[in-house]
Amino acid sequence: MGSPMWAVLKNFWHKLGSPKWFYQMSSRWLPWLSAITLGLLVWGLVWGLAYAPMDAKQGNSYRIIFLHVPASFLAMVGYYVMAIAGIVGLVWRMKMAMWVLRAAAPLGAVLTFISLFSGAIWGKPTWGTWWVWDARITSMLILLFLYLGVMALQNAFENEDSGNRASAVLTIVGMINIPIIYKSVEWWNTLHQGATIKFTEAPSMHMDMFKPLLLMIVTFYLLYALVLIMNLRCEILRHERRSQWVRELALNGKLL
Amino acid sequence: MSSGRDNTQAQHGYALAMLKRELILAYRKRGDLANPLLFFVMVISLVPLGISPDSSLLALLGSGMIWVVALLASLLSMDSLFRGDYEDGSLEQLLLMPQALLAPVLMKILAHWLMTGVPLALIAPLLAVMLSVPGEALGVLLLSLLVGTACFSLVGAIGAALTVALRRASLLLSLVVIPLYIPVLIFGTAAVHNAASGLSSAGPLAILGAFLALAIALAPFAIIAGLRIGVDG
Repeated sequence: MGSPMWAVLKNFWHKLGSPKWFYQMSSRWLPWLSAITLGLLVWGLVWGLAYAPMDAKQGNSYRIIFLHVPASFLAMVGYYVMAIAGIVGLVWRMKMAMWVLRAAAPLGAVLTFISLFSGAIWGKPTWGTWWVWDARITSMLILLFLYLGVMALQNAFENEDSGNRASAVLTIVGMINIPIIYKSVEWWNTLHQGATIKFTEAPSMHMDMFKPLLLMIVTFYLLYALVLIMNLRCEILRHERRSQWVRELALNGKLL
Repeated sequence: MSSGRDNTQAQHGYALAMLKRELILAYRKRGDLANPLLFFVMVISLVPLGISPDSSLLALLGSGMIWVVALLASLLSMDSLFRGDYEDGSLEQLLLMPQALLAPVLMKILAHWLMTGVPLALIAPLLAVMLSVPGEALGVLLLSLLVGTACFSLVGAIGAALTVALRRASLLLSLVVIPLYIPVLIFGTAAVHNAASGLSSAGPLAILGAFLALAIALAPFAIIAGLRIGVDG
């Protein structure tokens, strides 16, 4: 593979493994990424909460969907991010990948919690109860446990490298759980409504509701990337605090 | 050709020797063998005390409680799976050997299942009778627990391997492994419930069998990776 495209990609991949390069580049990306994310977040929330039409059956209470669905989406995507980082970290012994795993674990746990919490708030007016032991909700709870287990294992080792590798193995093992979450709706067809968005069919909700939801999902992807990069920068600083370039940044007051 | 066959035979002999070693070691510590079983019986006897001695209620809850407590009993015995070998250094020797690690690891798990899973499954129908579980469900309970505890041993061994280097790891081990046990619990209890209500339990049992096949195929990779991390660190 001698094509220039491949060389560029390979070069980028190698650079990505360098904490210093990533820190410096992300300092340039962050203002743009934050501005775009904040703008889209305001746009999506105002559109969804104020301008999208009211639901015929659920009234205004359905509007929590604009928070609930994107958070649930990213909670699951976040687990894949961890698993991919874990595989890269184990196979190529890339320390940056292990730091991504460390940065992604609490973020995913928080998103899973938001998904469960907003689901409970939504469940009260719709189903008349805060919690039902429905398959999908339960799977989300298991996902939260998986995140917490990964975090507990990471911090249990005195040697941080062992903790990283152990939690990477656990993350990959736990990935078996993700298809079960997806399939669970079909396995045990219970109180929870079926998946609203399917990539193979037209959405079962009205376009005026679907468009702001799609916008919020895209925004949550950006928000996830933003927070992940910020967490990763903290990890980089924590591990590289004794290196020359971090000292220079700190002395020049350019750390943030 | 013949050298290949010799090699296979040597592998079989090696695996059998490993299994024999595990069984002898377990037999020498007979007291430890009884512990998960006693735990199982004692906790099950707490159920009527804590909930109600009403037999119609117990019949409803019984099979699920038996499954949950069997899960916990299996989990409690998990921590010691690799601990002894790690502490006396024989685990390190195993990792250094030229032979593949697959056979010793699988034999260790097989021995663990024979020593904890099988007795738990065998005593479960007796406890089920005490909890007024319908008689038609007893056979399925036994069968589902035999398969289910094998899954527990395999998946729990992943957690035991990952935490082998940690002191006082049993609580952490539970946190790590319980989420992975949940699918097995769901289908195990589904099989028993189906049998109790006169339905066919072939479906859930087949899925349990699929879980077992998947665990046998995949769990050793994670277990070996975990053991290497524990010995390296």
